[in-house]
Amino acid sequence: MFAALGDETRLALLARLCEGGGPSSIARLAEGFTVSRQAVTKHLQVLSGAGLVRDARRGRERVWELEPGRLADARRTLDELSRRWDEALDRLKRFVEE
Amino acid sequence: MEKADRIETLDRIEKRIVLRAPRSRVWRALSRPEEFGAWFGARLDAATFEPGARVTGRIAFPGYEHWTFELTVERVEPERLLSYRWHPYPVPGRDYSGEPMTLVEFRLEEVAGGTELTVVESGFDRVPLDRRAQAYRMNEGGWAEQLRNVERHVSK
Repeated sequence: MFAALGDETRLALLARLCEGGGPSSIARLAEGFTVSRQAVTKHLQVLSGAGLVRDARRGRERVWELEPGRLADARRTLDELSRRWDEALDRLKRFVEE
Repeated sequence: MEKADRIETLDRIEKRIVLRAPRSRVWRALSRPEEFGAWFGARLDAATFEPGARVTGRIAFPGYEHWTFELTVERVEPERLLSYRWHPYPVPGRDYSGEPMTLVEFRLEEVAGGTELTVVESGFDRVPLDRRAQAYRMNEGGWAEQLRNVERHVSK
């Protein structure tokens, strides 16, 4: 999944979708990026393939929004593994400082 | 909603701790499998860590002795760096051979008052974390909470 996040532009697009403002059109998402709208569309398709974003129709417009579920799962797993390390390092501390 | 900076840290875990012990002491605790196992909470089947070596570990917490893991040692630079690759906390009975391993790096530096240890586990960008989340949820429901309770008991 995270291969989809490896590119800086994709990361920035994801961040932009996170920042709120709700579902966004390509035009709005592309604002401020030096890459073309076509490139933005391609990035969104990669993110969509990884299940991180989805597109929908809002009237005649096509908009993109986050699929928060998968990202939340990944975050939760990393938080859990991070806690494992905190606890292991606490034990290391006790072990070497005795 | 996730913030941008949290998105960017989805590929690694980084920890930094200052240990009030000499560098050589900390290095021993890391580089000797028997000592490593003692604080990590596992029994390792190797007497030393050599670059390229495959080491099997068995979790030592009561009730979790069926959790095993495999480390592949990467770099051993005395008193500076120890690194290995593994599949973190692989759920028993599942096949992780198709998954890339993460890289764990322990770095030591002398600081005022002792030794600063930095641990970085990286490579999560290629690990199917959402699938792993599912596996943890399905496995013994509440694995994380149980493990925490067991660890608290063992470290008393």
